Amino acid sequence: MNAVVTQTGMTEAERRKAAQLERIWREPPGFIGWFKAVHHTTIGKRYAITAFIFFLIAGLLAGMMRLQLAFPEAHILSNDQYNQFFTMHGTTMMFLFAVPMMFEALSVYFVPLMVGTRNIAFPRLNAYSYYLYLFGGIMLYVAFLCNTGADRGWFSYVTLAGPDFGPGKRPDFWAQLITFTEVSALAVAVEIVVTVFRLRAPGMSLNRIPIFVWGELVVAFMVIFSLPGVVLSSTMLLLDRTCGTQFFNPAAGGDVLLFQHLFWWFGHPEVYLIFLPGTAIVSTIVTTFSRRHVFGYLVLVLALVATGFMAFGLWVHHMFATGIPQIAESYFTAASMMIAIPTGAQIFCWIATMATGKVVLKTPLWWVLGFFFTFILGGMTGIFVASVPVDLQVHDTYFVVAHFHYVLIGGAVFPLFGALTYWFPKLTGKMMSEMLGQVTFWLFFVGFNITFFPMHVVGIRGMPRRVYTYPAGMGWTTLNQIESLGYILLFVSVSLFLWNVFRSFRAGEPAGPNPWRAGTLEWATSSPPPCYNFLHLPTVNGREALWDAAPNQPVVVGLDEDTRSFLTTRTLDAEPDSKEEFPAPTFWPLLAALATTAAFIGSIFTPWGITIGAIPIAVTLIGWFWPVKQAAERRRAREIWQTE
Amino acid sequence: MTILSAIPGFHGDQTSLNPVGPGAARIEHTFAVIFWITAVVYCIVLFTLVVSVYRKRHSLDTMPDPQETSAASDRLAERAVAGAMIVTAALLFVMLISSFRTSRALGKMNDDQALTIDVYGHQWWWEVRYPNTNGPYKIVETANEIHLPVGVPIRIHGTSRDVIHSFWAPNVQGKRDLMPGYDTDLMLQINRPGRWRGQCAEYCGEQHAHMSFYMVAEPKEQFEAWLNAEAKPAVAPGTQQTVHGQQVFLTHACVMCHTIRGTAAGSRVGPDLTHVARRATIAAGELPNTIGNLGGWILNAQALKPGCRMPPNQMSGSDLQDLLAYLETLR
Amino acid sequence: MADRVEAALLDVSNLPSVVFGIRSITWWGIIGMMAIEGMVFLLMIASYFYLHSRGLEWPPHSNPPALFWGTLNLAIFVFSAIPNEWYRRRARKGDLRAVRIGLVALALVGIANLVVRYFELRHLNTDWSIDAYGSAVWTLMGFHIVHLLTDVVDTFVLAVLFFTPMVEGKRFMDAAENADYWYFVIISWIPIYLVIYWAPRWLHA
Ligand code: HEA
Ligand code: HEA
Ligand code: HEC
Ligand code: CUA
Ligand SMILES: [Cu+2]
Repeated sequence: MNAVVTQTGMTEAERRKAAQLERIWREPPGFIGWFKAVHHTTIGKRYAITAFIFFLIAGLLAGMMRLQLAFPEAHILSNDQYNQFFTMHGTTMMFLFAVPMMFEALSVYFVPLMVGTRNIAFPRLNAYSYYLYLFGGIMLYVAFLCNTGADRGWFSYVTLAGPDFGPGKRPDFWAQLITFTEVSALAVAVEIVVTVFRLRAPGMSLNRIPIFVWGELVVAFMVIFSLPGVVLSSTMLLLDRTCGTQFFNPAAGGDVLLFQHLFWWFGHPEVYLIFLPGTAIVSTIVTTFSRRHVFGYLVLVLALVATGFMAFGLWVHHMFATGIPQIAESYFTAASMMIAIPTGAQIFCWIATMATGKVVLKTPLWWVLGFFFTFILGGMTGIFVASVPVDLQVHDTYFVVAHFHYVLIGGAVFPLFGALTYWFPKLTGKMMSEMLGQVTFWLFFVGFNITFFPMHVVGIRGMPRRVYTYPAGMGWTTLNQIESLGYILLFVSVSLFLWNVFRSFRAGEPAGPNPWRAGTLEWATSSPPPCYNFLHLPTVNGREALWDAAPNQPVVVGLDEDTRSFLTTRTLDAEPDSKEEFPAPTFWPLLAALATTAAFIGSIFTPWGITIGAIPIAVTLIGWFWPVKQAAERRRAREIWQTE
Repeated sequence: MTILSAIPGFHGDQTSLNPVGPGAARIEHTFAVIFWITAVVYCIVLFTLVVSVYRKRHSLDTMPDPQETSAASDRLAERAVAGAMIVTAALLFVMLISSFRTSRALGKMNDDQALTIDVYGHQWWWEVRYPNTNGPYKIVETANEIHLPVGVPIRIHGTSRDVIHSFWAPNVQGKRDLMPGYDTDLMLQINRPGRWRGQCAEYCGEQHAHMSFYMVAEPKEQFEAWLNAEAKPAVAPGTQQTVHGQQVFLTHACVMCHTIRGTAAGSRVGPDLTHVARRATIAAGELPNTIGNLGGWILNAQALKPGCRMPPNQMSGSDLQDLLAYLETLR
Repeated sequence: MADRVEAALLDVSNLPSVVFGIRSITWWGIIGMMAIEGMVFLLMIASYFYLHSRGLEWPPHSNPPALFWGTLNLAIFVFSAIPNEWYRRRARKGDLRAVRIGLVALALVGIANLVVRYFELRHLNTDWSIDAYGSAVWTLMGFHIVHLLTDVVDTFVLAVLFFTPMVEGKRFMDAAENADYWYFVIISWIPIYLVIYWAPRWLHA
């Protein structure tokens, strides 16, 4: 866990430079320092670990659900418990695992490394966003343990979640969790856009940005334009519940479908927020393990962008059963089916890459192959539900449950496990066990299909979703039992993965900077990366920076070494543009997050929560931005103004 | 639907693959079109993948040098990808057309002459009314059991009095949400006599799992006889026991929530009980309508359907016996 | 990486460190914030019209908001663009005096806006809890107030900072970006003003 690897073979000057950078960029030490950390690798790791823990918890909840559903008219969970369990499962998986993992964790950790800079743009905001995410998740689970767990489904439709039919505080905690996670995702989205637009290494023009970075960039834009939908729907819900507004009360001119439109304006793009990073991972792994530049770079980038755009025109396909005018139905069916074109294009390009490369079948690639088998199946059932008439039959049945687990797990969790195996050496400096990895993969692959394939059948046999139990004799029992047995394999597989992580972390083979001989910039530094990321800031000469590097590829010099200074480059051609300075580690983001948390939780109980709570937030934000005199003077002494 | 319907258990009374009406049948057709196209495409794509990986696999011992790629060597791949894209677009078009045609056909089922039945969703039961529009009937009100004539177009006119529910009998027709503030119409028709099960498909809270109903399709005469009988008020109790049973009903909380036409009980909170004994099940399809179940239900509905909107009732054993005897006469 | 031994050098020591607009990363951050908030406004306005499309009478059982105070605020907003643009340009030149004057002036304008806003709220002729129309009007208003307040507080803090010895290039960047954000507050008020004050009049059948 130190920089030993790079230090061998360094010149004396380099060693001095490394020591200097280490002094300037080091995270503050000790227990206290933990709360001041602002480096993107630190925050990214925290995001990843937290999100993974939420995955495990939600997976355990799923186990209880599968146990309950293994027998008709079972009483292992009461109806009230089951309703909380499936809501917590869905909410956790979507808001606390999938989005934070696929977007926040991966992009915060890897995007700055892949574009070759020293930290993410707005590092303090980044720390703040993590704390909010963490506190929101803790709040949801504390409420759950106090028997106030959300129980209205992961999209909590009104009027079921409204003031009249959602008594108690359960829906309020749900709505407020959304607020926490949306603030954190929006913050990271802005950071990523700015990092990609302004902080790329010189030479990394638009057409050389790694596909992974493109994927996260598109996702960041989608976050910016889609999350406001759920910001509004959950705000309105809270206002209806705590302040007596009437947005969703049909008796006072309110409208129940307004909630659905706003929610799915976000909710549909959300599923691509989860899936596009998955495709970005697939592009990365396929490239490295086919030993060639990816086939159809431009097509892949355009497919990402196209999916990002089209995602905003599909939301109504979640509402077909509400009775939409026929012309709108036709449009949304057509638009939903057309999304198969960019997705298909990506799939064909990956197959072409492998078909024309040298395929090295290591664990990460196995997960990607698993992705093909499962995701494409889920995509195909997506075509079924995109057809209005077919959806009128299978909507809100286990067929849809099967669809979305195939796309979510196939499209995100399989690539994620691939990514964790692929990047584990970068994060820890150790390799994971190849043998255990492949066993994990096969257990998961088989277990997954046993668990979720029968759901298609059970769904067309008429089993609705979100039922805590079902009568015997409907032709559902055996299939449900098979599904529940499949869960056991999943459980064993995930446990094995954890064991593999644990033992590799302690005793894995040393990885070296670039164990897969991959081409992107995160492999150009030691594993794990030092706190300043790169000893010499790199420049880029091609799409795969390391494969395409010229023999004397230049490195950047001339940044101040006694401050956390960094280089900005122009958005299109990545020519060097200016020098700026990152802020130092500090408590303020934590304090601001605590103040925000107090305000958010307070407003569950009284409308004054947010009004009075705004004052400490303002105070902490002012403290956060208030400059330090010494640093200001130093900057003033050196500043160079732009010439107009 | 050869392959899928060959799996045993597919001929049940609540499955979308055993259609008994034109709606479900049309949908099954589009389902089949999409099923076969996507199944074949799936196999071809994955077959290509497996063959590519198998042919190009490389030893695991080393990570070979990244290979030079040239435009020329990728030419074939370019053609293949472009071809696959064209085929994809064409197949999507076929499925789209099939879907549109079915939508049109479902739209065409709209018929002004159709018999209208009102269905109101409640947490967690179905209120069913036969409004007096184009027939000799007075208003008929019942719950959870929808009788209808076979082979005739029906309009289910629905809404909800509380949260969103979804009316769905898969053998008959696709589902339609019943939403507070909205009136929705669903056209359907059943061509085969029988009892077809349906279930609420939109999550509606504590007992969403126990919110089912039956559609009973009967020949026209039988249906009319049923309707005429339903239209009548409840029979007056004849024996001393049933007279007392009625008293029990009218003096306990029951009267606050239920209607028995022909008596003082006229509340709308729970199902109309005027002809409750003619229904095959109680509690929205959860329990067979037997004396034992009825008794248990009345004493403690919460034990049988936790969270439901009917409170437990306390009464002596003999009161209960009489009440049950009375309810049994409500045919 | 072994080839890197003789790597060439790309010297960046002469690049500017005080940059404005598109070259400054905080400017991009603020644009990102505006995109998010603009989207919230847009969807809220869409919700307003969606609710209108569901109700027959608009505004239901009440008069539209009284025009005077809202229009007055619009006028103040529009005229505030003049000092705003002036100090924004001066900030790019590092003109300390101008920025001080500009920030103080805009802080005062902001106060004026807030005072007028108070009277606006008193003359909306509806309440958030009466019906969905009232809820939509008050929520739109509320969102705009939050932005107005944020920028006023920000302007105050900056104004104070500019009278301390901590002024440097970065603070001029902050001042210029504060002015950019004020434009957002102004520009977003125009559609919101039209929706709150004029939509009920135009839509009134
Ligand atoms: C990772 C997440 C993810 C992804 C990627 C998708 C992808 C798709 N989804 Fe899915 N979807 C969800 C997650 C996702 N979905 C979730 C979570 C829900 C439920 C929410 C809830 O109710 O709780 C849902 C629900 C959902 C519905 C609503 C169903 C209902 O509630 O009744 C619909 C309807 O149109 C739909 C459609 C689609 C389509 C058309 C795609 C397409 O993008 C798929 C495109 C991909 C392919 C088609 C495969 C690859 C293509 C080829 C190999 C080319 C050749 C193909 C052909 C010729 C067809 N999805
Ligand atoms: C990315 C998202 C995601 C993921 C990964 C999963 C994963 C799983 N999901 Fe779920 N699911 C959803 C998203 C997801 N789900 C959503 C959005 C809903 C809809 C909710 C709603 O209707 O509102 C849903 C609903 C849903 C239902 C339907 C409930 C209903 O309608 O009544 C079911 C039923 O079987 C189910 C099962 C499972 C199972 C068995 C897994 C498995 O794959 C889980 C595998 C994980 C494990 C096996 C974990 C193993 C744990 C350990 C090894 C712990 C070790 C110990 C510690 C140290 C803590 N999910
Ligand atoms: C507070 C309201 C309330 C009271 C009091 C009440 N009920 Fe009910 N009852 C309901 C509701 C609501 C249902 C539907 C429950 C469900 O299926 O979820 C119901 C269902 C029933 C049913 C089943 C009807 C069917 O077709 O499914 C019977 C029988 C019944 N009640 C009888 C009685 C009797 C007898 C009493 C008095 C001793 C009584 N109820 C008191 C509300 C009430
Ligand atoms: Cu009613 Cu579900
Ligand atoms: Cu969708």
